[in-house]
Formats: sequence, structure tokens, C-alpha cells
Amino acid sequence: MAKQLIRVKVNGRDIERAVEPRLLLVHFLREELDLTGTHIGCETSHCGACTVDLDGRSVKSCTVLAVQCDGAEVATVEGLAQGGVLHAVQEGFYQEHGLQCGFCTPGMLMRAYRLLQENPDPTEEEVRAGMSGNLCRCTGYQNIVKAVLYAAAKLREAHKAEEKIAA
Amino acid sequence: MNAPIDRAAALAGIGQPRLRKEDARFVQGKGRYVDDIKLPGMVHMDIVRSPLAHARIKRIDKSAALAVPGVIAVLTAEDLKPLKLHWMPTLAGDVQAVLADGKVHFQMQEVAVVIAEDRYSAADGVEAVAVEYEELPVLVDALKALEPDAPVLREDLAGKTEGAHGRRLHPNHIFTWEAGDQAAADAAFEAAPVRVEEALFYPRVHPCPLETCGCVAAFDPVRGELTTYMTSQAPHVVRTVVSMLSGLPESKVRIVSPDIGGGFGNKVGVYPGYVCAIVASIVLGRPVKWIEDRIENLSSTAFARDYHMKGELAATADGRITGLRVHVVADHGAFDAMASPSKYPAGLFHVCSGAYDIPAAYARVDGVYTNKAPGGVAYRCSFRVTEAVYLIERLIDVLAQKLNIDKAEIRMRNFIRKEQFPYRSAFGLEYDSGDYAAALRKVLDAVVYPALRAEQAAKRADPASPSLMGIGLTTFTEVVGAGPTTSCDILGVGMFDSCEIRVHPTGSAIARMGTISQGQGHQTTYAQIVATELGIPSEEVQVEEGDTSTAPYGLGTYGSRSTPVGGAAVAMAARKIHAKAKKIAAHLLEVSEADLEWELDRFKVRGDPGRSKTMKDIAWAAYHEPPPGLEPGLEAVHYYDPPNFTFPFGAYLCVVDITKATGEVQVRRFYALDDCGTRINPMIIEGQIHGGLTEGFAVAMGQKLDFDAQGNILGNTLLDYFLPTAVETPRWETDYTVTPSPHHPLGAKGVAESPHVGSIPCFSSAVADAFAHLGVTHLEMPHTAYRVWQTCRELKLAA
Repeated sequence: MAKQLIRVKVNGRDIERAVEPRLLLVHFLREELDLTGTHIGCETSHCGACTVDLDGRSVKSCTVLAVQCDGAEVATVEGLAQGGVLHAVQEGFYQEHGLQCGFCTPGMLMRAYRLLQENPDPTEEEVRAGMSGNLCRCTGYQNIVKAVLYAAAKLREAHKAEEKIAA
Repeated sequence: MNAPIDRAAALAGIGQPRLRKEDARFVQGKGRYVDDIKLPGMVHMDIVRSPLAHARIKRIDKSAALAVPGVIAVLTAEDLKPLKLHWMPTLAGDVQAVLADGKVHFQMQEVAVVIAEDRYSAADGVEAVAVEYEELPVLVDALKALEPDAPVLREDLAGKTEGAHGRRLHPNHIFTWEAGDQAAADAAFEAAPVRVEEALFYPRVHPCPLETCGCVAAFDPVRGELTTYMTSQAPHVVRTVVSMLSGLPESKVRIVSPDIGGGFGNKVGVYPGYVCAIVASIVLGRPVKWIEDRIENLSSTAFARDYHMKGELAATADGRITGLRVHVVADHGAFDAMASPSKYPAGLFHVCSGAYDIPAAYARVDGVYTNKAPGGVAYRCSFRVTEAVYLIERLIDVLAQKLNIDKAEIRMRNFIRKEQFPYRSAFGLEYDSGDYAAALRKVLDAVVYPALRAEQAAKRADPASPSLMGIGLTTFTEVVGAGPTTSCDILGVGMFDSCEIRVHPTGSAIARMGTISQGQGHQTTYAQIVATELGIPSEEVQVEEGDTSTAPYGLGTYGSRSTPVGGAAVAMAARKIHAKAKKIAAHLLEVSEADLEWELDRFKVRGDPGRSKTMKDIAWAAYHEPPPGLEPGLEAVHYYDPPNFTFPFGAYLCVVDITKATGEVQVRRFYALDDCGTRINPMIIEGQIHGGLTEGFAVAMGQKLDFDAQGNILGNTLLDYFLPTAVETPRWETDYTVTPSPHHPLGAKGVAESPHVGSIPCFSSAVADAFAHLGVTHLEMPHTAYRVWQTCRELKLAA
């Protein structure tokens, strides 16, 4: 099958690859770029294990073609921690026991990362609704909700501190 | 010297809610699951599956598939025949077609495999394989399987009147299994002033872990060694099976279970896909990867339940149960691939007398074949315990209703009392310990039970109320931790488990285990046991599992056996090291062992607190200057054969509000009290309980694998198969009591499955209770809005 050249920024890195037009984004990430943190749990966009950030929106990478990402920016779980420091959502999941088998976790983290930019101060209900595109079989969500609220509080604090410094 | 309290905190041992050691890799996307593994030269396998539930295969044409670019090979049963691998033994003493041999027995059965350079060409190849079928009559209803004119499924068993578990009564009959004393039970019923009976169908469901099944098989033709990375809850047993099937010596077979994305029983069995990938790798001399998709996982890998149960209770007029009789028709699908200890074709279903002191009981289970996927695994439970608990908990509610006794009160009247333990049930199980009444009392107090009943009475008295209120209750005991090798084996291997601990010269340690975590947090929990037993901080204890080349042989993780069996092995191995460490300490301190006492992480000389040797000092000495006559090093291995099962228990209460107009069931409150004996990591325990309750909620409220009359599976995607999201999932309240197991070295009993086992009948109890004043005794699962609305309509509560 004829390949098509795409340019994508993944976790801040510029990538140029020739790919089959039918290649799914999730396979592009996992198999072409060896970013195996993004998982596949179904093939019908229900489970959310493959959630990544595409141009500032959460998408399920099992139903996006790699060629659709030409010119786009993609962020995956591997890009969350910066300079060896965990992102607040990663810390929240660790502190609040928001994961067990870990398979849904990267998708959960990427969704939480985006959710907290859409709504920095969510209620418990808003977290539940905002995370409802991601399924978890292990935790029963209770600690995932706590983890997201932990991260929200931490990010708000950091934001306040930044504002103080700026003032 | 730090104060003991600080040193205990630094150890983070048993009882500490320490954060998990495994999380660092998972939150950074650095877990290593099977599909993450990429080996040089690796090719991909995909499976051609049957669109029909029962049909003869007339012809398979591979030619178009072999012409697809990238396709390397297509294998059918004909290709496996010379290797005698077209059929394989199941764990239940039956055989299962690896690839359909002349006929298909269920929809989505494996017919051929395609191996190709990448997963896309493999899928193209699957599309191009042409199979011609001749349809046969289909058997879907298990209750019709034994009728004289039922279609015969297993022609390969023609004339075999004896199965692995005794006489077969019909070509579609697998086994009859009986427990208890039929004559005694019959006598109890004859004498009883009160009898109730109920037919209960426990639908076919699927464990549906988020990661599907798969493997990477890599045969090295030069060394003659086979390494297979596999989503397996029992890698050592798989190694034995692979060795037996392939003829390779077990020493040249290595099975590795890397990180596993949930199992819940689904990853216990050996599936045709694994066998085909291994064969393909041996034939091609290249690594072969096979990863199921979700539809394949739900359609073809092991299901759970599918039990048609009829239960009866005999009782006195004041509600004391005097007898129990049960008959089950068990739908095992097309091949009996039930995963259970060999001697128990109905698992541990004989715990169905529950937490109650029932003097006479008899149960009979008949297994039958149908045109459905094979299996019968324990979905987050010990073998068939979920079905057993559902049966007795529903029945006791029905009895309470008939006698107009409150369902909490009738349980109090029938509990096995604390002082009766160890208690031998009418089915012969010896319950280790329990205090059921105390657990129930604690729950009733916590929720202010009388107030709930008063609120319900007021609601029932008001016909204008738009909703119904139901209160569900379960008081259950499990039987887990299989099990004593005298009665429990898998393919002849006793169900012990193992641990090997090695303390390094500088005082840190590694523990290697025969179990394998699928999210249970073993790396943390086991390290905490070592910390308490040996005084090495849990942070410095590595735990390794899942690689058969390095770990000691164990039977794996399912049936809540990791803590009861594996955890006990950790304690016992650690105690062997502790004993040697004491000898070394005595040598270093120049005192006799009798003069030493252990404190957290060191041996102290009795009466001379200034003189002591820490485990760190001792470890160094073990490698540097061992006492004369003592071999150097500090390590031990222990294979733990449990003397009995363990019996965790709990008391759960659920309050639901049902909208009459729509049938929607809202869980207002769910209070779960669990007693798993000694609690090793309370944080992990609570997490396991949340997860089990949520899976129980899913089963009770929405999960069902349905089939139409042609055997088409209805709903094998996540579009149709119910996995609750954060929105539907109720908020859980948890509580506990601690009744240690008297025979476990730590007193621990296992926990992860109790919430699943205990919650399902609790939801059903609550939903039925909402309609109890209208004469309803039982409603079948799943309690979806549509089904509940139908009940509302029948009762003229809804238009």
C-alpha cells in the first residue's frame, strides 16, 4: 500500500514518517515510535485506554488515522513528567491509589491532564462525567476521582504561586 | 539508635497503608505488557473464526490468503494434525479443538490462523481465507441439552459413556457431581413445617479485563529453546502444559507473564491462540505475536457462570433452616474448559450452605455441552463460589419473606456462631474462623437499619410515591486459597505456592514468587511481609514474579490464593532466614541463641540492650564471616502447602431507589464490611474492595452474554457488554472486622474476590426487596432499567 509522508509533533519532538494511510494513530505511536504507554483495550472507542492529547483535545487514538495527524501536536503519557518530576496527575494517581493493573492508567492520566485544563476546579460530579470516556476494571473509580481532585488542587496551588511571583 | 516506633515506620511492614512500589512505572507509561514486547524478526498472527455456532467444515481455501502481500503462512487443523496438536487437553479433563477439526462448535471458534509480516497484513489474510460450511442444528438452551432429540455436539466423544468425572448420561452430558447427604436432606424436608424453593438463573458473563489475551512466542531453533511472553495468571502450569504438548523438555520452555492488564479469571486457561502462536514460531523459527481484539476476547475466551440453579430450604416455623437441596444445570459450552482444581468439576460450589448452620444439605450439579464458547472460569471469585453465595443468599431472603421475618433477623437466627469454629459444614468443608453476627451487627448499626426500614414502610404506604425503595442484605462466607494438595491439584500438580528470598550482602533482598500479580499489588504486599518478618524496609525488598526461569514453581494467582498461599510462603521462607540469622547473630555477639530477642530489625542480647546486631549486620556477616560450620549466604525457599482453605467473610447492605416510571435503579448507599483476617496493606485492601464491588455492580445490573436461537452471540463489544463508567458506579462505603485465620502463618485470608461474591446477591436482594410488599420474591439478573421497568409494568406501577 502506498505510503504517505506525515509530520507530527509528538511530546514536543518533530517526527517525519511515511505511513500507510490506514495506519491508526495508536499503532503509529506504539509500533513506529515505540511509545507503548498508550494502550489498546477495545477497537470501538469505548474503553479510553488509548486516550492521547491531539491539538489540545482528548482523542481515542484507536479511531484516529495517523495521516489525520499530519501537522498536529500529539501528547502521550510519556510526555507528562518534565525534568524527572511527575506531573500533578501522575502524582495524584500514585498518592491516592488510583491504579491497580495500570492498563487504563495512561489513558486516564491523559484525560485527567486535559480535563483539568478544561475545568481547573471540578466538582466530584464533574470529574466523574469528565472521565466517563475512560473505563477501569480494577479500581471502581473512587480513588481515580480522588486522584484527579488531588491533582486539581495541586495545579491550582502551583498556579497561584506562579501568579504571586509574577505580581 | 532510633526509637522502635521510628524504625517500625521505616520498615513499612504489615498493617501499613504504604503506597505501591509498582506505580512508578505505570504512571509513566513504562509498564511492560505483552503487546509492548517487540522482538527482532517478529511476525504477527491473526485468527479466522467461525461465523456459525454449529456447522461442518466442507472446505478451507487458503490460496487467496497466501497471495496477500505480507502473508507468510496459513495454518488449519490439517497442518496441526501431524504434530498431534489439533486438539489439546483442557484443565477439566476434556479436550478442546485448537483449530476446528472438521466441524465448528460455537460462533467465533478458531478455524485457521494467518501469520504475516505485520498485524495489518495478517488481518487482510484472515479476510481472504475462504471457508465453506454446512450448517447443523444449534443447541443454545442448556435445559434442553439432555432431551432425547437434542442435537449432538461432540461427535468426537461418540460412545464414551465415562468422562473425567464419572458417567455421562447423554451425548451432551459432561458430568454429574454430588455433595452432601441426599437421604439426610430428604428427611429434613419431609419433617419440615416450612419449605421454600426458587429457580435462579445466573447468566453467562465474561471477566473482560481491560487488556485482552495475547502472547509473543519465540522459539530459538539453534538453542532449541522456547520463550513465550503470555498474559497468564498461571505461567508455571502453562510451562508444564507446553512441555507436555510440544515434547520440549520443561527446562527448555520459559514462560514469562510480564505486567498483566487485569485478569479476573479470564487469563487462567490455555487458549488455542497461544498454542497456534507457539507452533507457528517453532515452524517458522521466528517470534510470533498474537493479540486478541475485544470482540474475540468476549466471544471466545473463558466466560463465567451460566448456572441454572434450583434451590430449596426446609425450615422451622421460626425460621431456623433445617435442610438445603440444590440442583444445577451447568452450561459449560462446547468443550469443558472449566478452570478448577481437578477433583472439583463444580468448583467449590459446596460452600452453598453459606454462613449458616444447616444440619442437612445435598447438592447436585450436571454439566452439559451447548454451542457456546468453552470455559467456566471463576470471574473474580474462587471456583463457583459466586454462584453458591448467590444461591443461598437469595434463598434465605425468600424464606424470610415467606415467614415475614426481617432478613437481618433470620440471618442472626441461622448464623454459625463464633464458638462453633472450626466448623464442619454439612458439605464437609471445615470453616476456619468467623464472627458473622458481629459483622452484621456492625453494619446494621452503621446504617441505622431500623430508620431505613421505617422510611421504606412510609414510602410503601404512599401510592403516590414516584419511586420504590429496596434494602438488600448479604452475609456471606467465601472459601478461598486453594488449596491443600491432598484435595487440590491442577493437571496433577498440587496447589501449593512458593517463595524464594535472598538477602544480599548489604542487607537488601529479593523475593521471587510462584504467583503473578494482575494489579493486586503483590510487589508491595509481599515486600511488607518480608519487612515485618526480617526487619528489611519494604522499600528495599524487590519482588519478582512471572518468569518461570527465575521464579520457584507456583500455581499462580486466581481464587484469592496469593495472600493465603503465596503470602504464607513468604512468611515461611522469611522465618527460615530468620532462624539462620539468629545463629549468625549469636556468633557475632558471642552469646547463645537463647539469650537473644528479636526487635523489629535486630537481635538484642537479653538484659543488655546496648548489644545488638541488625539484619543488615547479619547479612554482611553471612557473606563475610559465617559462623564455623554454617554455610555462607542468607537465602531460603519455601513451598507452602496450606493445611486448609481460608474463609473470608462479610456483611453488605445496599439501599436502592427505583423509579417506577422508568425502572431505573439508583444505588443510594452501599455499605461493605469485610473480614479478611490480618490486613497487610489497608490501602490496597480498600482498593481491591472498591474494584470488586464495582465488578459486582456490573454483573448484577447489566452484564449478560446473550445468544439468539442460532447461537449468534449478542453483544460482544463494549458497545453492548456493560462495563460501568465513573458516572454509573456507586460510591462505596467500606468497613472491616478482623478475625484471623488460625492456620495461616500471618492470620490472613485473602480479600479481592469477597466484594464481587458478596455484592452481587446484595444488589439482587435490594431490587427484589423494593417489590417484596407486592409479593415478588426474586427477579433475575441483570437488573437493567428495561427489565425492572417490565416488572413495574406487570405490577401496574408503570404505564
